[in-house]
Amino acid sequence: MNVMQPFAWVGAATISQAAAAASGTVAEAMVKHTGAAGPEAVGILKAGGIDLLDLMKENLLAPARLVNLKAIPGLEDIVSEADGGLRIGSMVTLARLGEHPEVRSRYPALADAARGAASPQIRNVATLGGNLLQRPRCWYFRAQEYRCLRKGGEHCFAISGENQYHAIFANRPCAIVHASTAATALVALGAAAELADAHGAVQRLPLEEFFVSSQRDPQRENVLQAGQIMTAIRLPPLPAGTRMAHLKQGERDSFDWPLADVAVVLELADGLCRRAAVILGAAAPVPHRAKAAEQVLLGKAITEQIALQAGQAALEGATPLGKNSYKLPLFEAMVRRARARALARG
Amino acid sequence: MRARISRRSFLHGSALTTAAATSAAAAIAGAAAAAVSGRPVTEQGREAVRLGPEAVRISLTINGSARPVSVEPRTTLAEALRDALGLTGTKIACDRGACSACTVWLDGQPICSCMVLAIEIGARHVTTIEGLASAAGLHPVQTAFIEHDALQCGFCTPGMLMSCAALLERMPAPDAQDVERAISGHLCRCGCYPHVVAATLEAAAVRRKRS
Repeated sequence: MNVMQPFAWVGAATISQAAAAASGTVAEAMVKHTGAAGPEAVGILKAGGIDLLDLMKENLLAPARLVNLKAIPGLEDIVSEADGGLRIGSMVTLARLGEHPEVRSRYPALADAARGAASPQIRNVATLGGNLLQRPRCWYFRAQEYRCLRKGGEHCFAISGENQYHAIFANRPCAIVHASTAATALVALGAAAELADAHGAVQRLPLEEFFVSSQRDPQRENVLQAGQIMTAIRLPPLPAGTRMAHLKQGERDSFDWPLADVAVVLELADGLCRRAAVILGAAAPVPHRAKAAEQVLLGKAITEQIALQAGQAALEGATPLGKNSYKLPLFEAMVRRARARALARG
Repeated sequence: MRARISRRSFLHGSALTTAAATSAAAAIAGAAAAAVSGRPVTEQGREAVRLGPEAVRISLTINGSARPVSVEPRTTLAEALRDALGLTGTKIACDRGACSACTVWLDGQPICSCMVLAIEIGARHVTTIEGLASAAGLHPVQTAFIEHDALQCGFCTPGMLMSCAALLERMPAPDAQDVERAISGHLCRCGCYPHVVAATLEAAAVRRKRS
């Protein structure tokens, strides 16, 4: 039943210990060592471990060491910042994130995304950092038998294969969708990732720039480098009059990956929309910014009619595959509903 | 099949035949517990603690008792409970966190014990289905499950009970939707969900009357 290969356990007490004990990212290890027991060199960082253990049990990854991040102080903190923003440690669980009073009151789209992810049992263990860094759920990628493009092979099996859960935007050369619903909300909110290295240097990167399109590099979902650790996510302060919502649609209500998810953040002043973010999840290999929909909303009073137009505009540039064009009307409706939900929240 | 300490040899204490072995094992277990629980690890200085891949002895706190156990780093909590400690009430079905049959409490919160490693539990308290009933009798949720026929084959039941009992701990007066949310991670192939909800609502009422 459990086919995890043996590995050593490294308990790191500091970021630099952890960074030194890890050899690189999961993406690098999977391209180099898919399906085979990794050499002694491979050490992987472990947060909640939900995705990591899944990959290891499926024999997609066999590190010689797991480096535990849970004993490093400070990574579980949620702290208000001087600029009015919020800094969320990467090891905060999805359960805590979804229940945190300040997250719920000031960034409800993020709280909803966290509360809608996975199951209660998983949310009590899975971390925000792990959720953002999880590998895609594409069934070809998850099956050891398919050496797909993302695992260092030559071919994306989904593009002409079973692609009902795959991308409708930017789906060449690899058609995965990004698996994180928290990412959809965070990109809409303009969040930034903090990436620390063994020498104490901290890079701060807008989350939107953190994710990597499949055209840019089909073997990774983000720019995280060997020796870097995601330590926190920073949420910017939002002006009064900002409205937001995150909606997820699965095949069933309970515990499922999204067919589609949408985050909308609207800044309103004098009845007009001053800033609009419309981000589609489970739509592309990265959280997908629906720029045309944002353009429709900007400068307007957000009426039903404008929301209808925004929903249609959100589909601009879509290149659906053989079995996933059902996602087009789904996203169109969800953009409309997310706008309605955001405004109803007041 | 990988080598692991057998239940019988563990029960007979054969792994602890000498005082020297015992104290060495305790030192490793202590270091592991400190390293994974987030407490300062003064004796290790600046070096990260490395354990395994061979089996190491750790101590788990299960249903209120300290339980020394030998585990490899790759041993999940579910495997340690079932195979090393004989607590087979916790079931493993999917082994991927997708069915929640293996649900136990970690410091009172329901988790999938198949997706957590035994070595990372540290000083936190594990409660299994064996710890749900008390000397006074079954937990009200257990009694209500029996009365409402909330199970057929019973394989999902220990996990279901842990989730429903945890719900009542944090929410003494839930409604049906709260119960549905609490069991949203559980798969029951017999389709007993409506009975599980009814049983949990009744157990909540019974508990409120008692307190």
